Amino acid sequence: MSLSPRARDRLIGLASPAVLLLLWEALARFGWIDARFFPAPSSIATTFVRLSRSGELWDNLTVSLGRLAWGSLIGGVPALLLGLAMGLYRPVRAIVDPLVAATYPVPKSAILPLMLLVFGLGEASKIAMVALGVFYPVIINTTAGVLEIERIHLDVGKNFGATGWQTFRTIALPGAAPLIMAGVKLGAGMGLILIAIAEMIGAQSGIGYMIWNAWQLMSVDTMFVGLVVIALLGFAFTWMLDEIERRLLPWKARG
Amino acid sequence: MVPPHLRTPAKIAIAGLSKSFATRHGPFVALDNITLSIPRGNFCTIVGPSGCGKTTLLRILAGLETASAGIAEVAVDEPGKPLNAMVFQGDSIFPWMNVWNNAAYGLHMRRAPRAQVREVVTRYLDRTGLLPFADRYPHQLSGGMKQRVAIARAFATDPEILLMDEPFSALDEQNRTLLQEELLRIWDEDKKTVVFITHSVDEAVTLGDRIVVMTAHPGRIKRIVEVPFERPRNVLALRADPAYGALVFRIWGELRDEVDRARRQEAEAGA
Repeated sequence: MSLSPRARDRLIGLASPAVLLLLWEALARFGWIDARFFPAPSSIATTFVRLSRSGELWDNLTVSLGRLAWGSLIGGVPALLLGLAMGLYRPVRAIVDPLVAATYPVPKSAILPLMLLVFGLGEASKIAMVALGVFYPVIINTTAGVLEIERIHLDVGKNFGATGWQTFRTIALPGAAPLIMAGVKLGAGMGLILIAIAEMIGAQSGIGYMIWNAWQLMSVDTMFVGLVVIALLGFAFTWMLDEIERRLLPWKARG
Repeated sequence: MVPPHLRTPAKIAIAGLSKSFATRHGPFVALDNITLSIPRGNFCTIVGPSGCGKTTLLRILAGLETASAGIAEVAVDEPGKPLNAMVFQGDSIFPWMNVWNNAAYGLHMRRAPRAQVREVVTRYLDRTGLLPFADRYPHQLSGGMKQRVAIARAFATDPEILLMDEPFSALDEQNRTLLQEELLRIWDEDKKTVVFITHSVDEAVTLGDRIVVMTAHPGRIKRIVEVPFERPRNVLALRADPAYGALVFRIWGELRDEVDRARRQEAEAGA
């Protein structure tokens, strides 16, 4: 067989999860693993179809996606603007940097009780958790991105009479964009982790709630459906952000 | 616009200009009492050993540094035009903008009317041979092409004076000669006042109407030499002229002591 190394890698890449699923299916059917904890993939798939037909899955998914979207916006936009200002203006950096450095190491999951206390059991606490998760990677990467811009480019802006806002728009933002995108990707992953945790505690809807509720009802099939959906979400976000990056930063394209 | 009969003869007037920087070992004098008058339309080249403060002088003229003492003034002939535009040493064009937007940068910053931007940028991209590459990004260009973009950007801004800081120093010999020729061709059209810094005596003689030789640290003016060759100049033909060789030799003579002195200073600083 004559396959290029790349095509062969791709083939193996598709085959290895397929083989694992088949193995799992076989093990579950022949009773070699406890199907109560690890139901066969076919039975998970059946549950998946049932849950999407009943609308339960879509309802929970829509709720989670809405919280993710609002949280990303509320956490990401201020982080972006503040990060740009921190990169460009030393005094802003001097004020904000210690605050970020002091609060960043606190695990976001540890702040959940505080968020529930402050924002209550409603939507606001879930959105706040996502916002927190997105805020830190974006502000840290944006600041680093602006600081990495070559001095000469800022000199050019000054020499050609760029105003503060023009410097923001034509140099700081595009110059920092590659690192900002990296921050957004990290933030998206963090948001996904935190929404799952936040929805498990004190929520009546969302994918995280679905997983937690399934555990309480010992409906393991449903739990696995939730896990698969979250995995697919992460995959979709990565693909989407890669695509956005490709279009937004054509100058970063290699070759 | 200032009417021609009211204009002062000097386009750039520098008097008693000094610049010192604070360092851990006390003040460092980069420029010491520079007095220089550059007439309107003059192509003034400045040569000096590395570390003689020539870039600092240019940055003060560009408004990127402030002088410690003395004045550096540019006569304004057409209020509303930018005072200066600089062609920087090294990679100064924005990697995130295509060739067109890089060349249009100065005009965009001044919010020039769309039609003017289109006309002026087309003209200078055409003259630098970049028009077919207007959509390209810098990572797709060679070093020579990038420097052409930087030159087009400076000319398109239509400033009162042009400042150039060793713009060709990173290029190979062949590209450098080509770009010198192009620069002279574009400059000949409206003969803006230029201050051009270089460490190459050849380049200074090829391009300049007048050569300012600077001393090693602290930077002072050692000698001002007028270049007699008429314009328009052909770079290669000029180099075949015996008078050209004689002038290069003479300026090298002026410069040699300074380069030696700069080298000794470096050795002492290193010891």
